[in-house]
Amino acid sequence: MSPSTVKLIGAFGSPFAHRAEVALRLKGVPYELLLEELMISKSDLLLKHNPIHKKVPVLLHGARTICESLVIIEYIDEAFDGPAIMPTDPYERAMARFWAHFMDNKCAKPFMLSVWSEGEVQKGFLKEVKENLALLQAQLEGKRFFAGESIGYLDIVLCSLAHWLTVIEEATGVKLVADDEFPDLRRWAKEYTSNEIVKQCLPDRDQLLAFYTAHLERYKMIAKAMLQQ
Amino acid sequence: MAGAEDLKLLGMWASPFVLRAKLALSLKGLNYEYVEEDLKNKSELLLKSNPVHNKVPVLIHNGKPVCESTVIVQYIDEAFAGTGLSLLPSDPYERALARFWAAYIDDKLLPSWTKTSRGSTEEERAEGKEQSAVAVENLEGALRECSKGKPFFGGDNPGYVDVILGGLLGWVRASEELYGINPFDPAKTPLLAAWAERFGALEAVDPVIPEVNKLVEVAKMMQAKLAAEAAGASN
Repeated sequence: MSPSTVKLIGAFGSPFAHRAEVALRLKGVPYELLLEELMISKSDLLLKHNPIHKKVPVLLHGARTICESLVIIEYIDEAFDGPAIMPTDPYERAMARFWAHFMDNKCAKPFMLSVWSEGEVQKGFLKEVKENLALLQAQLEGKRFFAGESIGYLDIVLCSLAHWLTVIEEATGVKLVADDEFPDLRRWAKEYTSNEIVKQCLPDRDQLLAFYTAHLERYKMIAKAMLQQ
Repeated sequence: MAGAEDLKLLGMWASPFVLRAKLALSLKGLNYEYVEEDLKNKSELLLKSNPVHNKVPVLIHNGKPVCESTVIVQYIDEAFAGTGLSLLPSDPYERALARFWAAYIDDKLLPSWTKTSRGSTEEERAEGKEQSAVAVENLEGALRECSKGKPFFGGDNPGYVDVILGGLLGWVRASEELYGINPFDPAKTPLLAAWAERFGALEAVDPVIPEVNKLVEVAKMMQAKLAAEAAGASN
């Protein structure tokens, strides 16, 4: 199957769509990017190809449709030739998947709610965020990237920590991480965002800030709903 | 084949997540040492092996711990690739579909079931029921798509999704007695209902699934405890 039949349905500012783009670019797979305007409405194409979740990213490879960013990354790694994204050793693969699961299932909610909640509730989430970051930083073990000398699966999965976190801090005025905290993570974030391949598909920081600033109310509502669950 | 001392599984007999690990090990014909944890008094080994979550299951292979049931099942499949059944298919697209549906079971199906039985308001439980109906309908479609007319999600043989969903079978069976609901209603989801019977009857599966009456007993005890707490009675 020729790589030229690859399309990616994404959206500006989505760290999940970014994950898929980085994976494609690391493998050297040319693709057409189709951008959704999620704040306005979801396209027929998106609804047709991801009827279950109705979310980006969606990878279209010939007649195949793949949804869910973590699933997409592993698919790209396995379906296309090129440098390996996942580790080859089964135990290291298990560790990478464990921390990806941790990021998406344990970190996402406290991060979201720490910037959008108030008072004692917020204090609780802020504490949780710092605990999570400490655990993640420990996985770096002084390496350049989570995957070692070059970018790999876990680096891609944790991308929002490298780029989105400070933007959200600025947009909301809530400082999650003090300037002297988590120096290893800071160093990693610089390495990640200045990587030649990552830079090609990283949303412009100013545009990202403007995006969050413009949609503050919307995110507040989403967070409120999350809190009630 | 790995000797029993190479593999250790820390678990709790009623946990569907632990059952997933047991099913994977059983289907691949692997020997292991099973350690039953008292979750109210967790062993030092468990706390040391899963410092992040302190939860079961934990698979310890040659002294190295693997945590999270879906991670464990994939690890078992990859670390023992030459042994027994292959749980993940070899084709990248079929692997992606399997991973997608495994994630769906944990992200959508399970939470909807939890909401249905443990929602704190009537409204929440009704919402859970609606979401459950949608979720099982989607899974019915998944089974149709993945099995292509064959007995299992994995095709001729059980695979990854069969194991991930199979972990829930004990509680699926107990559900009828506890709530009068069969989550895999043969009238609404005939393929899933047939799959549940078929998978549950497998030689590698049947002895591993916890006994329904024991699960029912545990659930009733839990319900009674919650009711007593709600009524303000002392323990």
